[in-house]
Amino acid sequence: MGFFSQKGIKVGHSKETSALKPVRIEGCAEVTLLMKQHIGAVCRATVQKGDRVLVGQVVGDTDVPLAAPIHASVSGTVKGFADIRVLSGEDIPAVVLSSDGRMEELPFAPPKMETQEEFFAAVRASGLVGLGGAGFPAHAKLRSAAGDVDILLVNAAECEPYITADHREALDAGEDILAGIRLIARFLEIPRAVIGIENNKGDAVNHLKALCAAASCARLQITTGVLPSRYPQGAEKMFIHSLTGRVVPLGKLPSAVGALVMNVASVAFLGRYEKTGKPLISRTVTVDGGAVKTPMNVRVPIGIKLQELISFCGAGELRPKKIILGGPMMGSASPDLNAVISKCNNSVLLFDEAQTALKPESACIRCGGCVAACPMKLLPVQLEQASRARDAALLEKRDVKGCIECGSFSYVCPAGRELVQRIRMGKRLLREAQQKQKEAAKA
Amino acid sequence: MTNVRIQAPTGGEALAVVSATPHIRSSRSTRGIMLDVLLALLPALAASVWYFGSRALILALLSVVSCVAFEWVARRLMKRPQTVGDLSAAVTGLLLAFNLPATLPLWMAVLGAFVAIVVVKQLFGGIGQNFVNPAITARIVLTVSFATQMTAFHAPNRHSWGTDAVAQATPMKLLSAQAPGKFSAEGLPRLLDMFLGNRGGSLGEGCAAALLLGFAYLCARKVITPLIPLCFVGTVAAASFVAGGFSPLFLGYELLGGGLLLGACFMATDYATCPINWKGKVVFGIGCGLLTALIRLFGNMPEGVSFSILLMNLLVPHIEALTAPKPFGKEGKAHDKAKSRTR
Repeated sequence: MGFFSQKGIKVGHSKETSALKPVRIEGCAEVTLLMKQHIGAVCRATVQKGDRVLVGQVVGDTDVPLAAPIHASVSGTVKGFADIRVLSGEDIPAVVLSSDGRMEELPFAPPKMETQEEFFAAVRASGLVGLGGAGFPAHAKLRSAAGDVDILLVNAAECEPYITADHREALDAGEDILAGIRLIARFLEIPRAVIGIENNKGDAVNHLKALCAAASCARLQITTGVLPSRYPQGAEKMFIHSLTGRVVPLGKLPSAVGALVMNVASVAFLGRYEKTGKPLISRTVTVDGGAVKTPMNVRVPIGIKLQELISFCGAGELRPKKIILGGPMMGSASPDLNAVISKCNNSVLLFDEAQTALKPESACIRCGGCVAACPMKLLPVQLEQASRARDAALLEKRDVKGCIECGSFSYVCPAGRELVQRIRMGKRLLREAQQKQKEAAKA
Repeated sequence: MTNVRIQAPTGGEALAVVSATPHIRSSRSTRGIMLDVLLALLPALAASVWYFGSRALILALLSVVSCVAFEWVARRLMKRPQTVGDLSAAVTGLLLAFNLPATLPLWMAVLGAFVAIVVVKQLFGGIGQNFVNPAITARIVLTVSFATQMTAFHAPNRHSWGTDAVAQATPMKLLSAQAPGKFSAEGLPRLLDMFLGNRGGSLGEGCAAALLLGFAYLCARKVITPLIPLCFVGTVAAASFVAGGFSPLFLGYELLGGGLLLGACFMATDYATCPINWKGKVVFGIGCGLLTALIRLFGNMPEGVSFSILLMNLLVPHIEALTAPKPFGKEGKAHDKAKSRTR
């Protein structure tokens, strides 16, 4: 990190919901299960209209390796199929189930995991994807890390404001987290695990420290790494650097420095899955924001519509001006309440009028705030200019692809410039320019 | 497979706001930053009015009003969004006044404001786009055009609200008139007077105490980092200490005399015309210091702060290109597993 320069930013925490245990939503009338809730291939529906399904039954799967199966999160009947326009703009097919309210489960049994191959197959069958938000299929991540890593880093940093879902996981599911760590460490032969958590979660830090001290042994050393609360502490590269001092080379995966990073909820899920064999059908979501009457953590069936979720939290009467899926720094805004919760949604924020007010955009005054904030040590102001000038060569020279789009620089910008958005456009511009170059070279 | 396309709500139902990330922004604003700079300049303004009387206040007000007016007119004529509200023109106006002698004919100050706002700032695109410091450039244009009036410094006539000023050479003028290597404090104001601003010179450059107070405020409010001022003043100090035969007294006069503190704390730190990265700021500050010392010690002008800042302003794009930070993990090596394996 640069001399005299503090990287990253301080943001308000707004994490009042951390004191609230997740409330389980039981009576869900309908779920819409997207056939792609991960990075990778779209699944194909494996059920027919009118079929009766039980909780945990596979409703979508594919032969493509980079994907994860989708399971029914309620019992009931297949109402039909739909194409859902998700926030990225893609149209994703979905299976719509109407619930019978009975939550009748398949007879689950602990998965058979004796060899590494069986472990990967079981993780795949569980439907687990990165629950921190990235949604990378867990089996693919574990498979690619096998043999390459010597440390497991469990990400409980939760540096985004408002969200406390992982904080709750650390408090409520400590034993599951440890079981998950042991499971991963056993099959990937990892001798050391660190749970990284920001220092603004004092109760969880103490809880984890006590658990780790009791669970650590000669074969597997488990510790808690307390990190300063500084956004984006939980971003993979910053997280690895803060905990191990290792620097992931630009454009490389964490395994390049021998690290495997997994979200704390993912690890806890694996711990539970080993015991019960129950696939990924629900998750904890923080519902907060000025337009929510009672902010809370809720345990929801995957596929629940926002409309149904927020009426549960008493946001029905207050009209949200902005609906955000995910955190306020990196989450996506939805135009309406038709969006559905997928495996990697950790929060729903409903902003009121005042929170929605956009900062007017004015000319860059070259204050250098963005440069001081950028955790990747890029020059956001130059990237924005290069993007506006459609200068692919400069974008490449200034490593636009290294931008993790954390938004720190937009946050501090006094001129309210839409830096993230223009840098995204710059990335796309560079991708297209390189594509063209490749085609020209071929011809 | 029957497809039911789920539609967005229709029938006049208002959709929620969709915008790019991040959805929360800091309360920092251009106007707030400029207001902080104005506040930081107030102690020095008060000192100048204390020492030079009403004339100083009139000049400062006129300069600010002219700058704001020129900005307003220029934006209107160019059919661009109005930007006088961001207060940057007011900052330029006050800084320009700080660079003028209290007795300067008023119309010259208005001309300076024109050069600063219209020629240097607006013709190049307005705030953030000028490549040299507007106030510094205006001062240089005025110095070159009206050498007599721009160097007609007067002794502070404290408590006098008239214009019956007595001409007095500035400490820098006296220093540069001395034979090289033979420093003598004779004829110079006391160092304490220099620190408090009780000496001849431009409006805002005299009172080191007030300038340092403003500088501390800007640092505390994180409007500027102290990098450039420290490197700038540090370099001048080192060069003067050596050139003055390690005389602390000479060093004191070099640091408190002329426009060094005003230039280093408020002019060289101008956002638009200094590098954005910390390495660039260090290079820029040292460069300003070296040039200032060279001009002071070897040039035929008594003072070199404004020229050194102007010259370094021109080099900023190159400094930035040469000192661009290396992205986190660029050219990084893969981790050596054999070494870190603990078993």
